[in-house]
Amino acid sequence: MKYTMALVLDQAEIAPDIFSLTLRVSFAGQARPGQFISLYSGDGARLLPRPISICQIDEGRSALRLVYRIAGRGTREFSALKSGDEIRVLGPLGNGFPVDDYADRRVLLIGGGIGVPPMLSCADALREPVFAVGYRSRELAYLLPEITAYPEVLIATEDGSLGTRGNVLDAIRASGPKADAVFACGPAPMLRAVKAWAEEAEIPCFISLEERMACGVGACLGCVTKTTGVDGHSHVKNARICKDGPVFAAEEVDLS
Amino acid sequence: MMNTSNPDLTTTLASVTFKNPVMTASGTFGSGMEYCDFFDLSRLGAVVTKGVADVPWPGNPTPRVCETPSGMLNAIGLQNPGIDVFCERDLPFLRQYDTKIIVNVCGHSEEEYLRVVDRLADEAIDMMEINISCPNVKEGGIAFGTDPAAVERITRAVKAHARQPVIMKLSPNVTDIKVMARAAEAGGADAISLINTLTGMKIDIERARFALANRTGGLSGPAIHPVAVRMVYEAAHSVSIPVIGMGGIVTAEDAIEMLMAGASAVSVGTASFHNPMAAAEIADGIGAFLARKGYGSVSEIIGIV
Ligand SMILES: Cc1cc2nc3c(=O)[nH]c(=O)nc-3n(C[C@H](O)[C@H](O)[C@H](O)COP(=O)(O)OP(=O)(O)OC[C@H]3O[C@@H](n4cnc5c(N)ncnc54)[C@H](O)[C@@H]3O)c2cc1C
Ligand SMILES: Cc1cc2nc3c(=O)[nH]c(=O)nc-3n(C[C@H](O)[C@H](O)[C@H](O)COP(=O)(O)O)c2cc1C
Ligand code: FES
Repeated sequence: MKYTMALVLDQAEIAPDIFSLTLRVSFAGQARPGQFISLYSGDGARLLPRPISICQIDEGRSALRLVYRIAGRGTREFSALKSGDEIRVLGPLGNGFPVDDYADRRVLLIGGGIGVPPMLSCADALREPVFAVGYRSRELAYLLPEITAYPEVLIATEDGSLGTRGNVLDAIRASGPKADAVFACGPAPMLRAVKAWAEEAEIPCFISLEERMACGVGACLGCVTKTTGVDGHSHVKNARICKDGPVFAAEEVDLS
Repeated sequence: MMNTSNPDLTTTLASVTFKNPVMTASGTFGSGMEYCDFFDLSRLGAVVTKGVADVPWPGNPTPRVCETPSGMLNAIGLQNPGIDVFCERDLPFLRQYDTKIIVNVCGHSEEEYLRVVDRLADEAIDMMEINISCPNVKEGGIAFGTDPAAVERITRAVKAHARQPVIMKLSPNVTDIKVMARAAEAGGADAISLINTLTGMKIDIERARFALANRTGGLSGPAIHPVAVRMVYEAAHSVSIPVIGMGGIVTAEDAIEMLMAGASAVSVGTASFHNPMAAAEIADGIGAFLARKGYGSVSEIIGIV
């Protein structure tokens, strides 16, 4: 975990309002799939970090690729960064997906909306990844070249312009893929549906959660999720997403 | 003026001597475990721990935090593991470091505060800070901190039980901070600390909803610094016990303002979220300032204005 400057290697808009940012940063080699980093605004009036998932890890170049959507002032500011610029970052943060436990198993990687990027870092660490990704439309289907480089990919779009019409669960139900585990990241309703589907299919399921953060390192207790059992830190039923997560075994968390 | 290259950074409150005047603000630094990878906690005057109650508290629903211009709102609701886990896990961790330990105490009622104070009696801690100013819990907290009679009563009750010196942490959500400071002094407080957060509200206009699940939250960060400096100045000039100043300190310069306003020590809170090394860097920066200006010690600038 380091608080340091990162060098922008390149940045490009890969879909409307969706940017791919590659940073050279000293801790890139320590990063694991499913972890995230905090980006800091150059404007001192915006104090809090912006947490962004790691999309790809390039140990050779000591680089991390991030893919993010413009959601407000901070991400808009980041979208103006050019190769050669510097940005303050903190990372790698959080626990990550259990890729080592499933390295040579068949893992269904489910990504919805802006939850797709971390699934790509998982795929790079697995022998047999199966993608299931959901987008609003063909135009907003970012990262497709990288994802379709893998042999097994299910795609859903809300308007039906690409793949199955509907959400990612509709695509999964339509083809009934077999898997030894499910890793998922996306909006809360999608994660609830994924959890229910995996429970029914009796497949171990790991989901990555999102919450507003202040410290990003587990100190402020701002970013908690309800858990089914007593959490290890505060001994209540509230685990810290930034430190104890963002990835949880689905049965550990109460998404209701 | 003589140029002193090694100014004396120590400061003394209620006969406890701190190696420098910089502490962490309760609730922004956990018990230090999450920050010990960034710098040696022995560089701090003290670690002030997250509020701890007699039993575990679950805190408020999320969202608990949101950003505001030059600041943030929080409504954590004092989630904590309770005093037993705290004493078994957090205190032994902190004792590895050469820094003072100040335990922040919360409760819903006088009895709850006293149970924690009693449990701490045999623990090797340097001071305790009684939070009577949290705006995010319904009972206790701020309900005690906005009524001078209640401040005096709870201070006296805590003092009757406490083995360590007691700091009363005051709320800025009052008309006249001087009255509250005097009430704490009358109750026998060894020191006071201020300011806790200012109650605020943010509305997410896109969703037409409150930004925080608790609706209101406490404002902290640089946005509150001038208010904090004014209140520390007023409090320090109305009591003879020492004052710990906090509220929006991000740089050594901010901390020095607080010392010049009359604080004997300062706490760094929200700044740690922007820079995990902030507290340690501020301690170094105060030393550099004193040396540059030719002051021989921190005590020379306390209350200088
Ligand atoms: C663990 C984690 C991983 C994430 N990974 C990605 C990713 O890979 N790609 C991506 O596009 N987005 C990701 N997000 C969401 C991203 O953090 C927000 O979109 C971003 O912080 C918005 O900042 P802003 O300044 O543009 O928006 P503003 O609305 O101006 O931000 C104001 C404040 O709210 C916080 N905030 C706003 N939206 C969110 C949100 N959805 N989640 C958490 N905090 C938020 C900001 O950090 C900031 O402190 C992730 C969030 C988390 C918690
Ligand atoms: C996330 C957060 C949690 C806090 N928790 C506590 C707490 O448990 N007890 C307490 O006395 N003050 C608590 N505070 C208040 C701070 O200790 C401090 O008084 C206030 O934030 C002003 O300082 P700052 O602007 O440097 O953060 C908390 C503040 C924040 C931002
Ligand atoms: S953001 Fe502070 S505990 Fe997670």
